[in-house]
Amino acid sequence: MSPPLLAVEHLSKAYGGVHAVQDVSFTLAAGELLAMIGPNGAGKSTCFNMLNGQVAPDAGQVAISGRDVTGLPPRQVARLGIGRTFQITATFPSMTVRENVQVALLAGAGRMNRLAGHAGASFVAEADELCRLVGMGHAAGRPAGELAYGDLKRLELAVALANKPVLLLMDEPTAGMAPAERVEMMRLTADIARESSLGVLFTEHDMDVVFEHADRVIVLDRGRIIAEGTPAAIRENPAVRATYLGEGLTFGHAPAAGARAHA
Amino acid sequence: MSFLLVQFLTGLAGACSLFLVASGLSIIFGVTRIVNFAHGAFYMAGAYVAYSLTTRFSGGLGFWGGLVAAALVVAALGALIEIVLLRRIYHAPELFQLLATFGVTLIFQDLSVMIWGPEDLVGRRAPGLQGAVDVFGQAVPLYDLFLIVLGPTVLGLLWLLFHRTRFGILVRAATQDRDMVAALGVNQKWLFTAVFGLGIFLAALGGALQLPRDAVSHTMDLRIIVEVFVVVVVGGLGSVTGAFVAALLVSELNAFGILVLPQISLVLVFAVMAVVLVVRPFGLFGKAEGPARPAVAATIRPWRVFGPRERLAVAAAVGLAALLPLVAGNYLLAVAAELLIFALFAASLQFLMSTGGLVSFGHAAYFGLGGYGAAFASKAFGLPMAGAVAAGIGLAATGAALFGWFCVRLSGVYFAMLTLAFAQIAWSVAFQWTAVTGGDNGLLGIWPPAWASSPRVFYLVALAAAVAGIAALRILVFSPFGYGLRAVRDSTLRAESIGLDRIRMQWAAFTLAGAVAGLAGALFAFLKGSVFPDNLGIPLSVDGLVMVLLGGVETVSGAVVGALVFRTLTILLMSYTDASKLVLGLLIVVLVVAFPRGIVGSLSEFLARRQDRAATARAGALKPAE
Repeated sequence: MSPPLLAVEHLSKAYGGVHAVQDVSFTLAAGELLAMIGPNGAGKSTCFNMLNGQVAPDAGQVAISGRDVTGLPPRQVARLGIGRTFQITATFPSMTVRENVQVALLAGAGRMNRLAGHAGASFVAEADELCRLVGMGHAAGRPAGELAYGDLKRLELAVALANKPVLLLMDEPTAGMAPAERVEMMRLTADIARESSLGVLFTEHDMDVVFEHADRVIVLDRGRIIAEGTPAAIRENPAVRATYLGEGLTFGHAPAAGARAHA
Repeated sequence: MSFLLVQFLTGLAGACSLFLVASGLSIIFGVTRIVNFAHGAFYMAGAYVAYSLTTRFSGGLGFWGGLVAAALVVAALGALIEIVLLRRIYHAPELFQLLATFGVTLIFQDLSVMIWGPEDLVGRRAPGLQGAVDVFGQAVPLYDLFLIVLGPTVLGLLWLLFHRTRFGILVRAATQDRDMVAALGVNQKWLFTAVFGLGIFLAALGGALQLPRDAVSHTMDLRIIVEVFVVVVVGGLGSVTGAFVAALLVSELNAFGILVLPQISLVLVFAVMAVVLVVRPFGLFGKAEGPARPAVAATIRPWRVFGPRERLAVAAAVGLAALLPLVAGNYLLAVAAELLIFALFAASLQFLMSTGGLVSFGHAAYFGLGGYGAAFASKAFGLPMAGAVAAGIGLAATGAALFGWFCVRLSGVYFAMLTLAFAQIAWSVAFQWTAVTGGDNGLLGIWPPAWASSPRVFYLVALAAAVAGIAALRILVFSPFGYGLRAVRDSTLRAESIGLDRIRMQWAAFTLAGAVAGLAGALFAFLKGSVFPDNLGIPLSVDGLVMVLLGGVETVSGAVVGALVFRTLTILLMSYTDASKLVLGLLIVVLVVAFPRGIVGSLSEFLARRQDRAATARAGALKPAE
């Protein structure tokens, strides 16, 4: 049996006395959409940042297709085919939308060391295709610095997809978008993922998005995994409900039986 | 053994002033995030004012009171400058803050010569502390012992101030999060002014305390600022304790370095600094800064290659420049060749600053190394001009690769300070290693071969080199490498997550820019027939920054226009006024405050706005027809 696309084992990270992530283990298969949810401060972003090498874990291991990548810097993890989007978008504001994608394509092709030749003239067709794919075709020539936030999120997706990744790590891909846009964005991601059998790990606060698209859900609370399963199972899980709705102890009575796990 | 002990005590005494000045710089940086380049100027002002006061008022009270009064007077002056100048630029990019405070330094230099004259002044000895005590058979001045005690005392007082007073607690809070302090209802303006005044008080006191030890001169500002930069880089910006420990370290290294390497004791300090930076990039007691603010403001108007009309304009300009020998005489041609060489130098710095986002305060080091490389090759090995120029480029690129390896590990103000420190080290090697570099006398007799010796031909050679060099830089900007460099500048986070290596790319850019500066420096050596340590001095580095800023930092053409205008201006200033530094300093301050985008930047902004307006008008005119 071939190793899973992403295998995380016993990952831990503490900041001072705060255990941001404790003993987290999970796997992700190619073509699977795995959602990581949890309240603010549950350790989602820390967990993400350890997966692509931005934060070094205190303990544990991250393996991509069986290869141990723990401790590698982000750029080397990226070269293994990992696309990444950020909770707060990171793009190149001084370049156009198309140029943003072109830079990613050039980096992926290992051509960033060339000292001559016009970078703006390379991979034009590929870049335009990616812009069109995420719905930014009309804005390819606009400076990234003047885009609205939702459009920046799309641009990030195009950049993350540029080098035919095997795994996408998306930290709150729809944060800051209008509700209609959110559904559309996630549907698009899901379509792309299934078409090219990408693995996608994403965190999300919008439960509609999570329950519509995720194949599987991991719930994090105070750095630990408290539940894992299909969206339907997670919806019914008492521990998850307690985390999201509180245990009702403050006001002395338990939550109503019919309450839905909805953030 | 006793000799070593005395040397150790001398080091401790020297650390006192260094600590005072460095802690002032650190405190100011912690709260205002400004690296006060003028700190050395205030140190010098403290010494000069103390000289005047202590010679005017006699007795113990006259002396000690004079020292403190001098520090207070200079601190008040500092607070005034904060209110008038710095308040306008707290939100400006780092480059502008460094430049504006450097402008203040220049103004102080000329003013101090005007007020106190060009000669070094020897101040009074400290009353009551004139003698020496016997330490194991060696005489140690009492004043040194006083300084040894004073340093830790000031450290203790600062600790009390910061931990036991309301003001100190506000300062510490502002150091961690100044926006939060403002949100809590503290009047930031006066907090900043007070902190700046305190920092300047410490600097001026440090200068005043040097009075009995050393002569007061108008070069003491640049000398101390380099040492202070080294101290805060080693100790960690913003940390007073770090400043204390690092001041001791640097001062002791100086004291003992003189015994080991009398010629170039700075090299030892440099080696220690390099080791510290590799092990702890933010200094011994420093903390990692948040993501650096942009060193240079980036507009969101993306760059594009020249269209046919612009190409035609550039070709016409080059063609016209090539026709200059038909009308100009020898003197004018020599001046024109110099302008072209500086345009090339400024363009190489502009590439580093705008595409690379790396503001170097020591770019002249590579200009100078280019000159020395060419001089060595031509004098010692008898290479012809082409070979000597190539050797110059080689030496500059090697120097840039060596220094750059350390510098690119840092960013923002740390990067700027480190480049400056390296340039000063290169300068002191050239200045002190007389056997090889000729020291202050420089290397003479570096003339072009017979075919290129007429000003007319040399001008054309310079034109060809400048055009080729600037064209190469422009090609580089639009090459994949140039885009990658910009990507790293725009967002290191994003760049690393698509597989780019920030440090490696910036290192390559630093080396390339150094090589182009080396070409300019080598040509300059052949133009003048000589090389001097001035060719790699800090003033020339800052001239380069002013050229780029004057023209507009965002475009290569800005650097060229800036270099031409600035150099012409300096040549005129030198022949019409004695106060060229004063005029230059005022020019810098006005530029930073009023025209931060420079000549070409303001012009293209104007054109773009006119185009936009025309487009809107056209769209408006079309509407009714729809």
